[in-house]
Amino acid sequence: MGRPAASPPSPRIMQKQSIFQSRLLPYALVAPQLAVVLIFFYWPAAQAVIQSFLLQDAFGLSTTFVWFENYRDLLSQPDYFAAIVRTFAFSFAIAVSSLSLALLLAVMADKPLRGSTIYRTLLIWPYAVAPPVVGVLWIFMLHPSLGILARGLRNIGIDWNPLLNGDQAALLIVLAAAWKQISYNFLFFLAGLQSIPRSVLEAAAIDGARPMRRFWTVTFPLLSPTIFFLLVVNIVYAFFDTFGIIDTMTRGGPAKATETLVYKVYSDGLLGGNLGGSAAQSVILMAIVILLTAVQFRFVERKVTY
Amino acid sequence: MVEDEGIQRYIAHAILWIGIAIVAFPVYLAFIASTQDNAVIANGQMSLLPGGHFLETYYQTIFVGTSGSTREPVGTMMFNSLVMSLLIAVGKIAISIISAYAIVYFRFPFRMTIFWLIFITLMLPVEVRIYPTYKIVADLHLLDSYAGLSLPLIASATATLLFRQFFMTVPDELLEASRIDGAGPFRFFWDTLLPLSRTNMAALFVILFILGWNQYLWPLLITTRDDMQTIQTGIRKMITTTDALTEWPIVMATAVLAMLPPVFVVVVMQKLFVRGLVETEK
Repeated sequence: MGRPAASPPSPRIMQKQSIFQSRLLPYALVAPQLAVVLIFFYWPAAQAVIQSFLLQDAFGLSTTFVWFENYRDLLSQPDYFAAIVRTFAFSFAIAVSSLSLALLLAVMADKPLRGSTIYRTLLIWPYAVAPPVVGVLWIFMLHPSLGILARGLRNIGIDWNPLLNGDQAALLIVLAAAWKQISYNFLFFLAGLQSIPRSVLEAAAIDGARPMRRFWTVTFPLLSPTIFFLLVVNIVYAFFDTFGIIDTMTRGGPAKATETLVYKVYSDGLLGGNLGGSAAQSVILMAIVILLTAVQFRFVERKVTY
Repeated sequence: MVEDEGIQRYIAHAILWIGIAIVAFPVYLAFIASTQDNAVIANGQMSLLPGGHFLETYYQTIFVGTSGSTREPVGTMMFNSLVMSLLIAVGKIAISIISAYAIVYFRFPFRMTIFWLIFITLMLPVEVRIYPTYKIVADLHLLDSYAGLSLPLIASATATLLFRQFFMTVPDELLEASRIDGAGPFRFFWDTLLPLSRTNMAALFVILFILGWNQYLWPLLITTRDDMQTIQTGIRKMITTTDALTEWPIVMATAVLAMLPPVFVVVVMQKLFVRGLVETEK
């Protein structure tokens, strides 16, 4: 992932006492980073914001400033509204299914078992599998005509065809996306579990709490910062990194049943045309990322222990 | 844990193995498919054991490519992916370590403004600014080039923050000491700070390499020439919409080859990987 997740600078340790004196050198040192940031981040972002307020005539000859008209148009399209709802539904489904399976595995791997390091290795590597490859792997298993699992489904009487059935296509995306995220969640859950002091659990055991009860009354609450952190990370993942999965499996179809917000920006842009509307879509996405990042900083900062 | 119940342990082992099976099955299937005959796969009669076409399929995948089109061999795509991911990883580390150095070890006007300018880019992943960025890269004539593939992904607030945080923990005495030895800012950076940052750099490199190798949307947009495709964008083009023409063994061999480098890195450099992941997410 490596996306919006760093903690904001803390003011306490902002200054070093011992420093170098130089007028020009520091600027030379920040120049490459600053150049990349300004050219490839701020400039395009500013372009998107400006364009989202402009309307181009049919021939691209003149543009007029139209305030929020592009946004109003966009939000009044049933298509766009459906994509918003769909993206949130996907995020929720992916996050919940991946987090619960990962938590179960992490709780098991946290026990003092023989070979626990091997288990960890065997569970974390899918982190490295790229989203489009995940898409290819899953469509191959569940391809209506040649997929091995699809054959099994048909044998038990399910009419499985995600290439035609929108709900099945959506399920396929959720399964594949959740599968990829298991390893990431597992790793952070395991770290979270290992940071819980054994003495707390022992105390609960002495009080007579059974393992299940201990989990829900002691472990789970102590793990809540990790859960919250992972929830935000998983939502960001579902918003942005599922693009590759969707593009290789369903290309947003059938009949837009798997078109998320990011996929829509991409496919509308390929069609060309409406620059203002496309820019407005980008700006709305930016707003969502900023919101998610803010939530993360506000609530997660320094509360997660690794 | 507290009680030492044997049954619980068996259950834990069983659940973990089921988890591993869930995680590994799709990949196992891909490998199996890459060793079998396309006709057998296409009519849905694939067996679950390796077939006899391993060498043939991988040879064709790496050196020839799919036969149905003029697409590039996967070897070329892997080379492109490798160049792109190395440029991204090394570039990110290089530009962020020097900017973090400036921000921590110097006082200059607009220092914090610059820091925040870099910091805020965390909130602008490439997906939200694809078309405007595409236009800039096109205007700079960088389409279909390694610079175009890597530059827009190279700025990294995460790496800058990480180095900044690390530099803050470096004791001031080290700077005093090297100053007494007559070292200027360059010598101090090169002889003291850089060697101290080695583990951080390695951990970061592992993560950034994987992220770079797995880039998809951006290469998809800015490469039009077949010989500039990365393995991730190449694989999608191998799945044709008319199923009958898809050469599944080659597609699966490509999937396996696409997974190999990053998975290898995760497994072999697990300590650095975990460290890098945890630190970049903090």
